[in-house]
Amino acid sequence: MLAVTGIPTTEDLATRMPPKERLQKGPVVMIECFQKIPCNPCTKACKRNAIQPMEDINELPRVNFDNCNGCGLCISRCPGLAIFVIDETYSDKESTVSLPFEFLPLPEEGEEVDLLDRAGVKVGRGKVIKVKNGKYEDKTPVITVTVPKELTMVVRNIRVGGDGK
Amino acid sequence: MRKTEIAVIGGGPAGLMAALAAAEMGANVTLIDRNSRLGGQLVKQTHMFFGSEKEYASVRGIDIGKILASEVMKNPKITTMLDSTVIGYYPDDGVLGVEIEEKKFVKIKPEKVIVATGASEKFLPFKNNDLPGIYGAGAVQTLMNEHGVVPGKNVLMVGAGNIGLIVSYQLMQAGVNVKAIIDAAPKIGGYLVHASKVARLGIPILTSHTVKAAYADQLTGALERAVIWQLDEKWQPIPGTEKVLQVDVMCISVGLSPLAEILWQAGCKMKYVPQLGGHVALRNENMETSVPGIYVAGDVAGVEEASSAMIEGRLAGLNAAKSLGYDNGTYAEKREEALKQLESLRSGPVGEKIRQGLAQLVS
Amino acid sequence: MRIVNHPILTFEKGREVEFTFNNKKMKGYEGEPIAAALHANGVRVLSHSKNLHRNRGFYCAIGNCSSCLMTVNGEPNVRVCTEKLMEGMVIETQNGRGDLK
Repeated sequence: MLAVTGIPTTEDLATRMPPKERLQKGPVVMIECFQKIPCNPCTKACKRNAIQPMEDINELPRVNFDNCNGCGLCISRCPGLAIFVIDETYSDKESTVSLPFEFLPLPEEGEEVDLLDRAGVKVGRGKVIKVKNGKYEDKTPVITVTVPKELTMVVRNIRVGGDGK
Repeated sequence: MRKTEIAVIGGGPAGLMAALAAAEMGANVTLIDRNSRLGGQLVKQTHMFFGSEKEYASVRGIDIGKILASEVMKNPKITTMLDSTVIGYYPDDGVLGVEIEEKKFVKIKPEKVIVATGASEKFLPFKNNDLPGIYGAGAVQTLMNEHGVVPGKNVLMVGAGNIGLIVSYQLMQAGVNVKAIIDAAPKIGGYLVHASKVARLGIPILTSHTVKAAYADQLTGALERAVIWQLDEKWQPIPGTEKVLQVDVMCISVGLSPLAEILWQAGCKMKYVPQLGGHVALRNENMETSVPGIYVAGDVAGVEEASSAMIEGRLAGLNAAKSLGYDNGTYAEKREEALKQLESLRSGPVGEKIRQGLAQLVS
Repeated sequence: MRIVNHPILTFEKGREVEFTFNNKKMKGYEGEPIAAALHANGVRVLSHSKNLHRNRGFYCAIGNCSSCLMTVNGEPNVRVCTEKLMEGMVIETQNGRGDLK
């Protein structure tokens, strides 16, 4: 249970998952925020009215997936680091996941990294295709990494270097 | 004897906002802080804050601290006294005793006082809980984020509230291994997004667990391992569930207690409210205590969050200034806005505890 | 151990200075808390309790709890978590209440 382990269940994730048809069209956001807390920066970061403004800042973010183009401006703005952008159209065998990564060393573009699931367990290897770490990201770099298609909804973290354990 | 219109005791988020709000109305303020720098706990908060843009959401605590401190230093109506500890309040004379750099003692007579002294870490009773290596979670945050020193190699975090979860994340960022986060409660008390953040780093979160004992390394005399065990539904430890963790650091993150000494000295009516962290002063919506002219703001008024501390500070500052006759015309509107912001921050499900606590303060 | 690279923070330190801890020469940075300098040198046991002589380290690290009292330059009961390191300081573990001269 999420409130016991911190790890969302399949049922939790289903409430935030973009619809299958939208996932097949291109990159789209997935906001893994399940608890009503006073917080609204995602609504301010979105320039396309995909994350709808909140009347009450305790609301969960509401996403209009058709307005979302997967630009990822919201990823580095979420204080909970709970926002990801998924692109299932990257290739036949692979998707990409864009995630916030506040650790050193930062990977380089082209580097291979360990792919981790929501429990921090290694589930495969992927390639970093983009590292955004400029003024806008304000020390919350956004990494885009390739993942095997079947792991699109599993991979939410990376480990740079390799699994020494 | 120095005189001032409003003395603000404590230069953390609440005190900084109080000084700025009062000065904006036209009052003369003396801001007194025992550290060599302003910011209070903000100087260690490397994570982005929540709330709305009015509370600097998405800005890191350290940056908020720098912004507010620089506004205070630039403001001609605010005199700042650093390295200055208010060591007493003399209620008969309304005088504050202040020790500067532990060398000089001065007396200040303010017309109004805003107490924004924050809160301090609680302890946890268990065998050998006094070993070196067992630190408050905030203490480890100070050591790491303010002074750039890591506390050790392997950490057991006790407490899965926001501080426990956030400090665990920050330990990993500093290259320290957190072996586990435990909490006696059956559910995680902090924000679940913080919990998810640390879970995907591979840190197990074990609810319904507590510390049984700690043991020292024979050579160093400091912590070497900890024994944890599980609790049943009645919060009783279950013998046979003991687990040993090889850790050289244990962070105790089991709550904060308001630093209310000055309020006791001033004769404010106090009440023990567990949801607010301990003894707090009774106060009205304007943050004024039962002693007229003495206001409270921030964690000392009830342990909560930095975002609410900032708004309470603004409220106290506005009201203290207004009570001296200072109003640049915006008092009513700013007061209304601050009250609305506080209500909004506290209205969701995670605000339940605070609402229960505050309800007990209505005299 | 000191943090060299951090994803969010940079640490500005004063100049490096020498001090002694129980007659052992050590290095630290001017202006940082003595407890931080000691910790960076691997010293975690700061003093001993009065009656049972149990090992003491710091606890709150911001001057509230009195767990970290040591004798500095002959003066007892100094809170080393807030006291700033200066060149040539003589720092000693304290047993119990220390000696008021």
